[in-house]
Amino acid sequence: MFILECSNITKNYGACKALDSVNLQLEKGKIVGLLGPNGSGKTTLLKLANGLLSPTSGSISIAGGSPGVHSKKIVAYLPERTYLNEWMKVKDIVAFFADFYANFSREKAIDMLQALGLPQNAKLSSLSKGNKEKVQLILVMAREAELYLLDEPIGGVDPAARDYIINTIIRNYSASATILLSTHLIQDVERIFDSVVFLNKGKIALQGPVDDIREEKGCSIDELFREVFKC
Amino acid sequence: MQWKLDNNAPLYLQIADKVKLGIVSGEYAPGKRIDSVRDLAEQTGVNPNTMQRALSRLEDEGLLSTNRTNGKYVTEDTELINQIKDELAKKYVENFLASMKQMGFSGNIILALVQHEVGKGENANVYTGM
Repeated sequence: MFILECSNITKNYGACKALDSVNLQLEKGKIVGLLGPNGSGKTTLLKLANGLLSPTSGSISIAGGSPGVHSKKIVAYLPERTYLNEWMKVKDIVAFFADFYANFSREKAIDMLQALGLPQNAKLSSLSKGNKEKVQLILVMAREAELYLLDEPIGGVDPAARDYIINTIIRNYSASATILLSTHLIQDVERIFDSVVFLNKGKIALQGPVDDIREEKGCSIDELFREVFKC
Repeated sequence: MQWKLDNNAPLYLQIADKVKLGIVSGEYAPGKRIDSVRDLAEQTGVNPNTMQRALSRLEDEGLLSTNRTNGKYVTEDTELINQIKDELAKKYVENFLASMKQMGFSGNIILALVQHEVGKGENANVYTGM
């Protein structure tokens, strides 16, 4: 059984086709890059997988079932923007998540907060934009989920924190979990991918294991992206 | 071990080559246990599946073996290690010769140049004035 399966998914926003007959199957235990230029449908795909949007046509399944109450237990989602309450303290948000999700590891969260030097007694509103993003990513990665859907997890953080986050992903990797990660910063993360999916104007332009692509094309994923999506 | 990888070529092949070099150079001694796949993946900054694929390749060649409970070990077959060392050396020399010939050097000149450079490193006095 695939952890995530999209069958002929189309999503229209009015006259705009955000996704056009997308077929995608993700296996367990893989780290997959979801790559594409702005407006290619990456966020729409992740929202569909979380049940935040419904497809115009086609179907999507998470571990065999449709997105919903059951899938929220096994999916950890990092949305494109923050939804946390600004007035809450970091430690209160950690407690809130620990209450909310049975698979949340408070210990992991606190370890990561300390490693990145984030003050637990600070109110979220007092943190910088980058630090807020780090807190939010920590809350997601501290869950022992089966599927992590990360929408631009490293976009707003500094390069040192980026390295730490990438290492955290490698360290927390387990053969039973799958990570689908969208990003523009391909160069920084392409080494941790098993495979990549290129989205272009709502369609899958290319997909496959990264080392096979490097072998076949003789270039990095970053370079291939620049070539395929040359403006 | 230094893990400088090039994103333009398959990572698992580069990692396999580096570990192989570590084995033939003695950095990873015969019979020595190597770090776990996860630790090595973290040190390298690659996906554990990629690291596993690289190490499997060396297992296929007989340079590593898996002990079911204790991880991966370097082979104790020094004959095999030496044989692979010879193969590697041959490959490097072939690559070197191909580049030199491309530049238009003939065999004798290449030999003289190599002798000169080797001499500089090992015993500078003998070859001064060449």
